[in-house]
Amino acid sequence: MEPAVDLRGAVALVGRFPALAGADLTVDRGEVVLLQGPNGAGKTTLLRCCAGLVPVVDGEARVLGHDLRHDRRRVRRRIGLLAHATGLYDDLTVEANVRFWAQAAGADSGDVDAALDRLGLAGRLRDVPVGQLSAGQRRRTSLAVLVSRRPELWLLDEPHAGLDQAGRDLVDGLIADAVVAGATVLLSSHELERAQRVAHRQVEVVGGHVREVPGA
Amino acid sequence: MPDLSSIGRDAWLVAGKDLRIEARTRVVVNQVAPFAVLVLLLFAFAFDSSTRVLREGTPGLFWIAVLLSGLLAVQRAFSLEAPDGLRDALRLSGLNPAGIFLGKVASVTLQLLVLDLLLLLGVVALYDATLGAPALLVPSVVVATLGLAAVGCLYGVLSVGQRVASTLLPLLMLPALAPLLLCATQAVDAALSGTSGEGWRWLVLLVAFTTSYLGLGAATFGILLDDS
Repeated sequence: MEPAVDLRGAVALVGRFPALAGADLTVDRGEVVLLQGPNGAGKTTLLRCCAGLVPVVDGEARVLGHDLRHDRRRVRRRIGLLAHATGLYDDLTVEANVRFWAQAAGADSGDVDAALDRLGLAGRLRDVPVGQLSAGQRRRTSLAVLVSRRPELWLLDEPHAGLDQAGRDLVDGLIADAVVAGATVLLSSHELERAQRVAHRQVEVVGGHVREVPGA
Repeated sequence: MPDLSSIGRDAWLVAGKDLRIEARTRVVVNQVAPFAVLVLLLFAFAFDSSTRVLREGTPGLFWIAVLLSGLLAVQRAFSLEAPDGLRDALRLSGLNPAGIFLGKVASVTLQLLVLDLLLLLGVVALYDATLGAPALLVPSVVVATLGLAAVGCLYGVLSVGQRVASTLLPLLMLPALAPLLLCATQAVDAALSGTSGEGWRWLVLLVAFTTSYLGLGAATFGILLDDS
């Protein structure tokens, strides 16, 4: 089976700066791969590249069988990106937000209810406008959007950030469930110990290049 | 061949979402509508000494008020996706870009049609205008408003997220709307004066203009959303 992510010499620019400067990375289906590296190393750009948000200007890049250099829009529906920004409408309720983004991906009401329930948002928070939520509750809502869309590839940028202990445990549980369901996960996290527990493999991103972490 | 059913479904989803946000925030009702009425009032003050000038200029003044209000409505429609990663979320949503465009157009059109009605009542009350030929007036107003929304949404996506969005949008939008303003003014002029024969020809031009922009927007919105 074709890998979920296959980058060969991928170059991506942020402005004029090559945030990915010939990155090589292969992630097999069902794998959980942890991206390590200092701030500014290119982790977020790598995740955004895989999501088809940052164009790959040189090298080869295939995600879920789609060539990102020529066909980056068609892969997007099958991808879930949890970024630093929550991507939620402040003036809509938690449920309306999750329902909108879930329906956009073709999910049904059952998926929405299940996601709200899984993230602990099925109670009184369901009808609260997102603008009135705490940072942690907003993060949970973003995770509910991600779960409800049932993506094949999860791209998680600091998924534990802003969450309490129970929330961080919940993220680990979601990753485990996603893998059982056949999804692939690529995550970056500064909570290394926690992330290492859920990851099958680690790679280090430095200066826009990717290299395997030996023995990890 | 585009999948028309998925475009329609996505347009419905986007329009419903935008209208739900408007129902909750009431920005158009509480801010844009009073602004539109204020513009009509200012014209009335400016031409106070001549009711005849006001009555003769009603079609143009009406459309300028609609156009200025439309600018605000379009800015509002695209400011919804400006903050906190929403543009990226929209790109990743899986929604058909043509559906997003048509949904935005539908939502802005519906809101502007309510404003149109308010402004028509305003010109009758303030400018002493008479609605001579409603059979021409109604389709002219609906088609011109749809065209205004289509142009606005096409250029709105270009300006969203830019630091200069509030000044860039009028610069892009107003020149493109000049032909629409001309056709709409002529069609409404004929409708108000009850001489609808000439007005139907202007309506045909309005339909051509609006259809062109709807097609152009549906075809290019995905590229513009990616590059904005």
